[in-house]
Formats: sequence, C-alpha cells, structure tokens
Amino acid sequence: MVPTSSYLILSAVLFCIGVVGVLIRRNVLIIFMSVEMMLNAVNLTFAALAKHFLQLNGQIFVLMAMVVAAAEVAVGLAIVMTVVRHKDTTNIEDVNLLKG
Amino acid sequence: MFLFIVFAAIAVVAALGVILSRKPVYSALFLLLNFATLAAMYILLQAQFLAAVQIIVYAGAIVVLFLFVVMLIGGGELGPGDRETSRQGAALRSLVSLSNGLPKGDKETRKQGDAATSLASPHGSAAPRLRGSLALVLAVLLLAAVGYGLVTGHLFPVQGNAAAFGQGSVEAIGAALYTDYLLPFELTSVLLLVGMVGAVVLAKNEG
Repeated sequence: MVPTSSYLILSAVLFCIGVVGVLIRRNVLIIFMSVEMMLNAVNLTFAALAKHFLQLNGQIFVLMAMVVAAAEVAVGLAIVMTVVRHKDTTNIEDVNLLKG
Repeated sequence: MFLFIVFAAIAVVAALGVILSRKPVYSALFLLLNFATLAAMYILLQAQFLAAVQIIVYAGAIVVLFLFVVMLIGGGELGPGDRETSRQGAALRSLVSLSNGLPKGDKETRKQGDAATSLASPHGSAAPRLRGSLALVLAVLLLAAVGYGLVTGHLFPVQGNAAAFGQGSVEAIGAALYTDYLLPFELTSVLLLVGMVGAVVLAKNEG
C-alpha cells in the first residue's frame, strides 16, 4: 500500500520541475509543455487525495482540469502559430510587444 | 510500493527530459512518456476512468497537437536566435550541477555544468543517441512495470474499501458528474466552444 504522502511528494517534485522549465527555457513550446506538466502534477494530487478520502470529487475535478488544459493548449498553440507567422521565432525574448 | 517507485522514477526522469532537451520534438516525446506514466499512476490510485481519459486526451490529443506545431514551425531544430542566453545557460548549468548534489567549488561545478551542456547540446554526436537510448530504456521499463503489475495483479482494483469508492469506474463518475456536478459539466462545454472558436479565429486571421 503506497501512502498518500508519497504521491503528494511526487506531484510536488513534478510541479517544481515544471516551474523550473518555465523559468529557464526560452522556447515558448517547451514553456507550454512545462505548464502542461504542472497541470498534470496537480491532477495527480487531486487523484491521490480522492483515493485518500474515498470521495469522487477529486476525480471530477481532474476531469474539469483536463478540459481546461485541452482548451488552453488549443488556444495557446494557435497563438504560437500566429506569433511564428508574424515574427518567425519561438523565442519569448523576441516577443515583447506588451513591454511598453 | 515497488511499482510506485518505478513509475515515479520514470515520471521524474521524463519530466527532466522535457525541460532539458534542446529539440522540442524530444521534449514532446518525453512529455508523452510522462503522461503515460501518470496514467499508470491513476490506475494505481484506482481511477481507471481517469487513466483512460489521460491517455486519450493528453497523450492522444495534446501531445499530437504539440507535435503538429513543432513540425509546422520547422522540425524542431533550434536556430541560433533560439539559443538560450548566457544567463539562462548559467542558470541551467548551476541547476543541473545542483541537482547532481555536488556543488563543491567553482571549478568542479563548471566541469559538471559543461558535461551537462554537452549532454544537452544538439551538436555532439553521442548526446542524441544517449538521450534516445535513455528514452527507449524508460519506455521499455514503463511497459515492463505495467506488464508486471498486470501479471501479479497489483494494478487491479482492490476489492476492500474500494467498494464505497466506486473504484473510479465510469458508472460512479457518471453518476456524480450528471447529478451533483451538472452545472460545471455544462459550463465546460461552453469553455470548449470558446476555445475552439478562439483557435479558429487565431488560425484564420491572416493580417
């Protein structure tokens, strides 16, 4: 029987790896992938706690998070494609239109 | 516990592979491995429906979308403009040497950092092969662990206290989703519609 805390530790580790990926990479695609990894880590937390408390609410919430992630990826990748079409780069250092 | 440790190790190494690969294609494939491992974790957590949805939605839709975009914007080879700036490179190196747990002195740190950079460099001839074989080993390990769990029955739902839990089955999830969570469920359809329209508008807008 695996204790719930080990699932929580694993999901924290995965979340931190995702945060580090967002911070150190400059390729917008890899930043997106890191965000997806963070979402997945949170989903793992929800599922582990659903098992811990023997309630299905956590699993329902994981489904909602998956829907949000799917919509986010669709819009985000469309934005990436538009940026690539306009500026021909995936480096976020070159995309600073809102920098004032 | 043994299966959990194997899955956790694969998930962590795949996550590190996502953020340390130079080519986005490799990152996307490591991401696929990470998602598949998390699906196995969901089965360990008796959330079978979530595992299926994880494979279908994440591995089947999202990673394929990522791969399409990577292919569309040029095979995933990072151009010179996409190279990490020196500050980020230094941060990456120090992070890698920190994760190796041996930040003893500047010289040794730099040596390890250089080793890490050569590992992450697309120009070294041995590095991509090493990473590819690493990914292969991880994937085979994942399959072997899943097969071991199926053969020994560790991946099957436990019958004891799981009866009240509904074992994460489609029946239990559907009952909760269509009664208690009906309004959020309907709202997600609106969210999906908005996302779809947004993607189409962004993709169509030429100017």
